Amino acid sequence: MNELAVASPLTHRKGIDPLDAVSFANVSYSWPGRSPFTLTIPGFHLSGGEKLLLLGPSGSGKSTFLSLLAGIVVPDQGRIAVDETDMAELSGAARDRFRVDHFGIIFQMFNLLPYGSLIDNVLLPLRFSRGRREKVLREGPLEDVAKRLLLSLGLDETVIATSRAASLSVGQQQRVAAARALIGAPKIIVADEPTSALDRNTEGAFLKLLFAQSEGADASVIMVSHDEGLARHFDRVVRLQDIAVSTRGAAP
Amino acid sequence: MMIVRLAFQSLLNRWVTALLTVLAIAVSVMLLLGVEKVRTGARESFADTISGTDLIVGARSGSLNLLLYSVFRIGNATNNVTWKSYQDIAKMPEVAWIVPLSLGDSHHGFRVLGTNQDYFTHYKFRHGQTMTFASGGPFKDLFDAVIGSDVAEQLGYKVGDKIIVAHGVGSISFYKHEDKPFRVSGILAKTGTPIDRTVHVSLEAIEAIHIDWRNGVPNPDQSVSADEVRKMDLTPRAITAAMVGLKSKLSTFRVQRRINDYPEEPLSAIMPGVALQELWGLIGTAETALSVVSAMVVATALLGMVTMILTTLNERRREMAILRSVGATPATVLGLLAAEGGLLTLAGVVFGTVGLYAGLYLARPFIDHTYGLSLPIDPPRAEEWLKLGAIVIAGFLAGLLPAVRAYRLSLADGMMVRI
Repeated sequence: MNELAVASPLTHRKGIDPLDAVSFANVSYSWPGRSPFTLTIPGFHLSGGEKLLLLGPSGSGKSTFLSLLAGIVVPDQGRIAVDETDMAELSGAARDRFRVDHFGIIFQMFNLLPYGSLIDNVLLPLRFSRGRREKVLREGPLEDVAKRLLLSLGLDETVIATSRAASLSVGQQQRVAAARALIGAPKIIVADEPTSALDRNTEGAFLKLLFAQSEGADASVIMVSHDEGLARHFDRVVRLQDIAVSTRGAAP
Repeated sequence: MMIVRLAFQSLLNRWVTALLTVLAIAVSVMLLLGVEKVRTGARESFADTISGTDLIVGARSGSLNLLLYSVFRIGNATNNVTWKSYQDIAKMPEVAWIVPLSLGDSHHGFRVLGTNQDYFTHYKFRHGQTMTFASGGPFKDLFDAVIGSDVAEQLGYKVGDKIIVAHGVGSISFYKHEDKPFRVSGILAKTGTPIDRTVHVSLEAIEAIHIDWRNGVPNPDQSVSADEVRKMDLTPRAITAAMVGLKSKLSTFRVQRRINDYPEEPLSAIMPGVALQELWGLIGTAETALSVVSAMVVATALLGMVTMILTTLNERRREMAILRSVGATPATVLGLLAAEGGLLTLAGVVFGTVGLYAGLYLARPFIDHTYGLSLPIDPPRAEEWLKLGAIVIAGFLAGLLPAVRAYRLSLADGMMVRI
């Protein structure tokens, strides 16, 4: 239950939160297996409300970084604190719940359950996070809030009412994915190259809509990409190779 | 509850394969239950081949042999029963009725049975039913014959047709009673018993067609015409067996003992129910084989389901990753797939059971008419419920197989699946 207390109602602060939303200290992680890949991150932090772009070529350890950030894997060494909580100290199930309470996650593509309606897809995290569901319920009935969110992300009413997730264009799918990440106002939005399948114009529009919502909810956004052209949309740009060391190859 | 809903939606999304899987399970369940129904139906029909008869009496032999030749018209009697013994038994105070049976001739491979009118009222089968006539009536004239429904159907006979009885029981006979043809006086309704394959004539007729025979061949010196024979004394000298009904069932063992100890001739008296049980014990191995086969079909269907879930697993890794990203634990993912296996099997079992009863309801009159097999439409017995429950549990466990794989994948993939 203490994770719920962490996800307390947001106060509408503007600007950069003095507290770090995320901080990494001396983190090291190796994927198990025959050709181990080790990622070492001496230090990294993300401030509350900050919009950060993490640049890195493919194979540089972006996925590992995100898995660590979202608590899918636990570091072998060091400490990752999200909202002052060390996720390594939580049990597996508690970590899964912590993730949904604190993170909204957008994948590169194929974000949606193809068999669900748009509203179903948006409401999915609320089935697992009581904190986020309660936050939404304070604004109104779940379906109404989800619909409002989808409208504000530029999907029109007929599409919302009639479509199944599988029939949407990639751009529309990513907006639904953004709505799912944003609903219930988690503190951190994690996006894994969400615009790589979009053209430049759609990309710009998507980021604008995403940021409008994340700023309204006072959430931090961390996006990983290999595309430097996105830098102008963000508060801060970090290159993965500047904060992390990756080693590949068989251990002796 | 949420897990079940998600599993259900996911299944709906793949409804074609899901439907086929459910269908395969349903068919296998139908087969399993159907075999069970046929088994019990066959056993009951078999046990009811003859009822209402307390003892069958014949020459001294084993009970199965006596049952086989007297009721099932299979094999031959070892010896005859003299007419005097028959009359002595008939005179016993405990005996309510006695029907003589005289076998040994045939018509195109169907056995000819010499008996009297009482046969039609005292021979009972299947919960005490008596024979009914599909057309015509019992024999009135000396050379009248009543034929079973299979005889009529296979040989295309109708009431009034002339038939010639052959001496001996093979389908090809060297000696025929050509001089004394019979007229079909009646055709019996289908009974599902050996009666269907029998030609019934009067005991006197059996005597009449053999009156001029000696040692199994016609005696040319003493040829007697069909008209002359009517004036002669046709009291039989011997019969093959007799069906006996007692006034009280309590005296069955006493009468049986007395017949077995009959001093003037070695006789055997058997209780048909007991002998039928013995016989079923012999041929009942076939029913076990049927059960084993149908159980294997169910296993095959479940295997098909596991294959179906496993093949969709790869494309569903994404689904798992999405669920993990919104807070589903690996256990939820595991539960989702196990629930899917359980749901599919449950649906298959429900459809299979409903389908079986619907099919049974529709096909019952046809099966009864064609095979003389009465299939019971009763709710599944405790044993069948257990089987159905076991199938659902097996389906759930089978669903765990791909679930464990999905669980491993979702742990290894984390949430970074890109397909």
